[in-house]
Order: sequence, then C-alpha cells, then structure tokens
Amino acid sequence: MLFVPVTLCMVVVVATIKSVSFYTEKNGQQLIYTPFTEDTDTVGERLLNSVLNTIIMISVIVVMTIFLVVLYKYRCYKFIHGWLILSSLMMLFWFSFMYLGEVFKTYNLAMDYPTVAMIIWNFGVVGMICIHWKGPLQLQQAYLIAISALMALVFIKYLPEWSAWVILGAISVYDLVAVLCPKGPLRMLVETAQERNEPIFPALIYSSAMIWMVGMANPARHAEPTNQDTGTFCLISAYNPLALTMLRGVKLGLGDFIFYSVLVGKAAATGGDWNTTLACFVAILIGLCLTLLLLAIFKKALPALPISITFGLVFYFSTDNLVRPFMDNLAAHQFYI
Amino acid sequence: MTASVFFGCTFIAFGPAIALFLFTIARDPLRVIFLIAGAFFWLCSLLLSSLVWFITVQISNKESSSQQKGLLIFGVVLSVLLQETCRFGYYKLLKKANEGLLMLSAEETMPISIRQLAYVSGLGFGFMSGAFSMVNILADSVGPGTIGIHGDSQHYFLSSAFMTMAIVLLHMFWGVVFFDSCEKQHWWSLAVVVISHLLVSCLTFQNPQYVGSLVPTYIIVFLLGLWAFFCSGGSLRNLKLCLTCKDKDFLLANHRPR
Repeated sequence: MLFVPVTLCMVVVVATIKSVSFYTEKNGQQLIYTPFTEDTDTVGERLLNSVLNTIIMISVIVVMTIFLVVLYKYRCYKFIHGWLILSSLMMLFWFSFMYLGEVFKTYNLAMDYPTVAMIIWNFGVVGMICIHWKGPLQLQQAYLIAISALMALVFIKYLPEWSAWVILGAISVYDLVAVLCPKGPLRMLVETAQERNEPIFPALIYSSAMIWMVGMANPARHAEPTNQDTGTFCLISAYNPLALTMLRGVKLGLGDFIFYSVLVGKAAATGGDWNTTLACFVAILIGLCLTLLLLAIFKKALPALPISITFGLVFYFSTDNLVRPFMDNLAAHQFYI
Repeated sequence: MTASVFFGCTFIAFGPAIALFLFTIARDPLRVIFLIAGAFFWLCSLLLSSLVWFITVQISNKESSSQQKGLLIFGVVLSVLLQETCRFGYYKLLKKANEGLLMLSAEETMPISIRQLAYVSGLGFGFMSGAFSMVNILADSVGPGTIGIHGDSQHYFLSSAFMTMAIVLLHMFWGVVFFDSCEKQHWWSLAVVVISHLLVSCLTFQNPQYVGSLVPTYIIVFLLGLWAFFCSGGSLRNLKLCLTCKDKDFLLANHRPR
C-alpha cells in the first residue's frame, strides 16, 4: 500500500543524486536556517556548528507548526490556503524548472525557452489543480511524490553534511513529542479537526484511498457525521500536520516522504557504495511496516518518522563503517556468504 | 564493460528472483511485507557478522595478508552460521506473529500459510544476499575499465552473476526446507541445510577456479530444488497436472477457466 509511493519517491531521489551531479555539489551556499558553516578547523567545532544548525532548524519548524495550529484554531482558513498555494506554486514551478534545467545540463540536451515554458506551465498548472482541487487520484499521488522528491533534493543539496544527520535525528524526536504529547501541536491539530469533523488540507498529505476524493474540494464544508466510525488510520509527521478519521485507506504526511528520501538520498550521495543505500532503504521500509502495525493496534494518529529514521540512521552508520569493508574484502576475493 | 555486460549480468543474477517476485508476491501486500522483513533479518545477521569480523581485524596484525585471509574465512563461516540463526529467529517470530495475525484479521483462517511464509522469507533472504553481493559489481560494470588487467580472471562479472543467481535460488530452497524441518522437528534436515550453506560458501574459496566452485554449487542448487519441491507438497503427479493445465485446485485458485 504505502510501500509503492515511498519506494517511488526514494527511487526518484536516488536516481537523481546518482546521475545529476548538481545536487551533490557543495558550493558553500546554505539555507538561512543553517547559518553555521561546517568548514571548520577542528572536529569539535564542526560538531558544535551542526548542533547549533539543528537547533535553529528545529525551532523554525516548531514555530511554523505552532503558527499553523493557531491559524487553524482561529479558523483563518484563507490564510492557510494562501500559504499552501504559494508554497506548492514555488515547488511546482520554480523547483521543477531548476530540476529540468539540471537534467538537461547533465545529458547535454539543447533546449529553447518557449518549449521549457510550455512544459513547466503545463506541469505546474495541472499539479496545482490536482493537488488543491479535483483530479484523478493517481495523478494527485504522482504529483505529491514529485514535490516530495524535489523538496528532498533541495534539502540534500543545501544542508551541510553533519547537520543533515543531526537534523534527521532531532526531527524524529520532535515528531514523537508533537504527536504523542497531550499538548503537542500536531495532536491538537488532529483533535481540533476531529471535533469540527473536517478533513485536513489535501496539499500536505498523501492518501492511498479512493474516498478521499469526496472530501477534497472545500475543507470548510462539514463532512458527514458517518465519517466517525471504524478505522481511523493516519500517520502524522512533524513537518506537515496531518489528517483525520477516514473510512478506509492510510495516509502519510508529505514530510515523512521528504525525510525518508533525504536519508536515503544522503546515503546514496556520500560514497559510491550501493550497499549502504539498499540497507537504508530496507530499514526505512521495515520501520514503516512496524509503524503501520502499531497503527493497526492502537488505532489513532501516530508519528511516522521515529522508528523508520532510527532504523535508517543505525543501518546507515553501521553499514558504512562495518559492512562495507567486509563486503569489499569478500568481493575482492570473490567469496560468497 | 558496456551496457550489454551490465544488463546481461543483471538479468542473469536477478532474473529468476524478479520473475518470482512479480508473478507470485507483488500482488499481495502481506507477502511483500514478509519479504522485506526477511531481507531485514538477513541484513541484521550481516551486520552482526561484520561487527565481529571488524573487531577481530582491528586487534589483529594488519600487515600479514595470510592472517587477514584467515580472518576473512572465519568471517564467512561466522556469517553463514549467523544467517541460519537469524532464519531460525525469523521462523520463531513468524510462528508467534501467526497467532497475532489471526487475532487481528477478521477471518477465521490464516491469511498466509507457513509454507508460503517459508517461500517468501527465503526469497527475501535471497534478494538481500544477492543484492549485497552483486549491486556494487553491476554499478562498476557500467563504467569504464578493463576486467582482469592485472592478470586476474576475465570472467569476473559473468561468474559473479551466475554465483549470485545460485545463491538467490538456494536461499529460497533453504527457506522452504528449513521451515518445513522446523515444523516437523526434523533436526537432521536442519543440519543438512546449514551444512549445505557452509559447503557452498566454502566452495567459493576456490575462486577464481570457477569450475571448482560453480559446478558443485549448481549441482547443490538442483538437488536442493528437488528437495524443496517435495517438501512443499509437490510430486510427479502434481507436476504433470500443473504442466498440462489440468490441476483443478491451481486453476480455481487463479480464477482461470479450464
């Protein structure tokens, strides 16, 4: 169910990282959320800088999430909608234009501006319609996977090395806290949405079920009270507040897609070893399985990041440092285990 | 070192496994989950064995190449034993999970039988084992270079591909036989599985004399295939019915007319 989209997103990110060198080139540019550089003299300084970067990044995410929850509580739907539309506009037009440009550069394809304008215009407009209004479910799913992959690629390019790993760890802790604590912002968001019997913003979640199409049009419209019964299955993530009681189908926040892909993409970017990438991929999928199992047992909103990211990080570091020399030696002698 | 080598070796190594996956596992999400869990357990066993090997290498004499080779052989044997231990652990977990699954699902009968689980978990082990052995080699085969330029064997890629295919199929057969012998408490057949795994790995110590390693390995593949076939309920009669499309149970299960 959720394996196919998560796998697809990761495959797109890994394929891009391995072929388009733009996303692995570091030219000193960093996001404003991670101002401390990692080009320091000592290891201790580098570690300190990455921890500081993480603190800033996580605080920005916390502030934005709390802001979103406050807006939702006071029913400022137009503001939230405008914000979501602006961010998806940027993803669908600007980032995909950059991506297309880099792909053309990598494969040395000549292209003219009018053709690119047509392509990007069509891609973007259909994406906006599918995500924010109505469209075929599979097309909407494809667009959500595409923007998650683009966002993950941006993170992989602009986050410095050590900061990225520390941020991944910190954000899974934040996810755990925000969803499970009684005063956590994401939990409050879900409970408010449940009280008002409303579906949450389609731009932020990936849904695997058909029924979602009914609730997509206008979140201010009250859904039927029959929504309340069995099977509330949803997974929440830190970066995106998430959904609600649905009759069938599992939902996963786009932030989960993004951070899974960041982890696998970074594993693919650092070092040419495919074993590490494969190990992280399997670890994340197992984490997702376990989370879905817990979801089936507890039947309430759960954070999707902690288990997967923990497994992913453990397997990344151990495969890179322990398994890689072992497998390299075995391959050199052609021994098989 | 061209695209044809890359595609050829990929399809040799993973062709049967991918075909099995697409035709029997891909449609059922439960089987996919158990496949990935099997792959995960293999990965855990590899991690443990690499950890032990790494520690022994750190405390050994790094200059002496014969000692390093000895440690590598020790690593291989340990890895095989740990893999079989993890397979046993996975079996125990699946038995426990069976009861849990029965509670969770609404139906009366098991959604997946222990034989299907044996097949799926064996294939999961095989996929991961094959992938870890082969993927780096495949990635290198796309790029520029000359194989065996320093006097090593010219057939490195091809032999690796064939060995990987054997290993993938073997893991699947070992999975089936292993679970079956655990179910029936035939500990001697369990021992035979472990010994055959050790034998196959130890045969590869002869590489690059590929005749000594590949030929016996394929004989073992064939024999274990037969054993797994008979273990999982196959017989000559079943085979004949299946091949002539007259097996009623199979046709019914796949909703096909006679």
